Amino acid sequence: MLQLDHLSKSYGERLALDDVSFTVAPGRMTGFVGGNGAGKTTAMRIVLGVLEADRGTVTLEGRGLTQTDRQRFGYMPEERGLYPKMRVLEQLVYFARLHGWAPAAARRNALELLERLSLEERRDDKLETLSLGNQQRAQIAAALVHRPEVLVLDEPFSGLDPIAVESVQQVLTDAAAAGAPVLFSSHQLDIVERLCDDLVIIAGGRIAAAGARDELRESHRSSRYELLLTADAGWLREVPGVEVVDSDGGWALFDVDADATRQAVLRRAVEHGEVVSFTREQTTLAQIFREVVR
Amino acid sequence: MSRAEQSRVAADARPAAPGFAASAWLVAVREIMVRLRSVAFVVSTAIIVLAALAAVVIGSVVSANAEPPGVAAVGEAQEALAGTDELRVVDAADTAEAEQLLRDGEVDAIVAPDALAAEIVPEAEPGASPIGLTVIGLDGPAGSVVQALSVPPNVAVLDPSDQDPGLVYFVALGFGLVFFMSALTFGQIIAQSVVEEKQTRVVEVLLSAIPVRTLLTGKVVGNSLLAFAQIVVITGLALLGLAVTGQRVLFGELGPSVLWFIVFFLFGFVMLAALFAAAAAMVSRAEDVGTTTTPVTMLVMIPYFLVVFFNSNETVLAVMSYVPFSAPVGMPVRVFLGTAEWWEPLVSLVLLIATTALAILVGSRIYGNALLRMGARVKLREALGS
Repeated sequence: MLQLDHLSKSYGERLALDDVSFTVAPGRMTGFVGGNGAGKTTAMRIVLGVLEADRGTVTLEGRGLTQTDRQRFGYMPEERGLYPKMRVLEQLVYFARLHGWAPAAARRNALELLERLSLEERRDDKLETLSLGNQQRAQIAAALVHRPEVLVLDEPFSGLDPIAVESVQQVLTDAAAAGAPVLFSSHQLDIVERLCDDLVIIAGGRIAAAGARDELRESHRSSRYELLLTADAGWLREVPGVEVVDSDGGWALFDVDADATRQAVLRRAVEHGEVVSFTREQTTLAQIFREVVR
Repeated sequence: MSRAEQSRVAADARPAAPGFAASAWLVAVREIMVRLRSVAFVVSTAIIVLAALAAVVIGSVVSANAEPPGVAAVGEAQEALAGTDELRVVDAADTAEAEQLLRDGEVDAIVAPDALAAEIVPEAEPGASPIGLTVIGLDGPAGSVVQALSVPPNVAVLDPSDQDPGLVYFVALGFGLVFFMSALTFGQIIAQSVVEEKQTRVVEVLLSAIPVRTLLTGKVVGNSLLAFAQIVVITGLALLGLAVTGQRVLFGELGPSVLWFIVFFLFGFVMLAALFAAAAAMVSRAEDVGTTTTPVTMLVMIPYFLVVFFNSNETVLAVMSYVPFSAPVGMPVRVFLGTAEWWEPLVSLVLLIATTALAILVGSRIYGNALLRMGARVKLREALGS
């Protein structure tokens, strides 16, 4: 369990992190969501020890993090960076060796990752000759080549084509399945929604919401419903507690004030004609995000 | 088994984190490999080595021409010249044979008694020389032969200097130039390499793997080793050249000062490398690196110009030999001149090592504080602050 406890950090006058606390559980994918400048990168840099917090602590299994612990982290910084003039494989082997792997094992790890990320054909090319998408894959490989125990990835999916997104997803879920806490940030809320077990939403340096994805969805569940009838749905406007958002013939989108109202609507719908569909609108992460950030 | 336990078990299969020395060495090896693969570096090193080799070859060609001049001795001159090792003497049976030897280029001159000389050259004046011998050249007076036969007067010097001033100038220039070139070249290389890591942002990945001090140490060690290897090759070739070309006297006199130069260079370069790295860490783009490294570049250039202009000024040299930034040039020159007591290089070296340690401390502080600050140039006061 990776735990961030009351972290605060300011750059001069600007408070980048304000009493930030959350946990990343082992074996769980935790999505870190927030607007630009919300504090995601600062928090991740502090976790990695690349930056020091003004206040607060980061602990792993209840112990303060040492340089040795951090050696077992896999980190992908927001600002991508590898040596442009170094060959891909050579570069990965170098990073694995900096983390203490013997040359042969480092090479084996690197080759295995390159294959999983469909990059093995470019292994002896200089990084700068790769396309941006492939450089991104190499960057992910660099974060994973030392078989990290904890993963902290800043925007791992940005700039990837759909196929690459899939292979990176697979690599990350495998890492989580092996028991590693995985924390990653993303602007692509659909990916976060699909992939994450837990969510942390940060806004203006403060945690706006945090918890399991399903619980968050439940607590922000929608009171908006969609009804499709074979007959006209104009009667809906007269039902007390119903606010029609939009309607067109037999179709209507409406909000209800209570669960009882919903049941009343359904009963009347059945009386008025044939019900084709009656569904609650799915709360998307984007909606939750807008709601908590507001 | 809980997930936390699983991850612990998985962790056991992972290797232990490498120590400071092992990590720094990895960084150093990468620095060296990158340099050795760089075409620009290989070409510039090859040019320097070729220049050193050329100096050796030219030196040996010049000294090969310096073999003793040959003379054909006729008549009584044969006895007079017997036992001379400054001349290669060929005994000729008569004046005709001697003349033939001279015309064939076998010898540089004929030495003959005045009387016999007149048989070859009718214009030669008998009795004009007190030793009764005439030296006949082919198309001009044979100066080197005349000099070998001349009797020098007694020579004394009121205020003797240990070394020839011309030689001192060249030795001083040599030390100054080699230090200046190597320190500047490798200083710029280390500065570029620091700012490259910052510009490409690879530094954040590196710092998540190893501490900032390890990274700095590795870079300084790698580049210092390269610079040091270059210095050893150049000075080695120069000394070899002196030895091969038979200038053993100079070799013997230069040897100790060259050894001191190498020792001083090692520490002096580490000091400069730490400062170059720190200065480069303060900017984010390769184009800006000059703005912060200029003061360090000055520290390299000043001793060079001082030694060029003041190599005959005892006081300036004495000060230079103790100021850590100029000691790598100043002290070896004084050792060569013989004006330094045996303990002086040691004291100066201790001063240099202390300053180097200080430069590493200050340098790593600036480096660590500035390395992750992207964008505008980091102010020195901010970089030095905690």
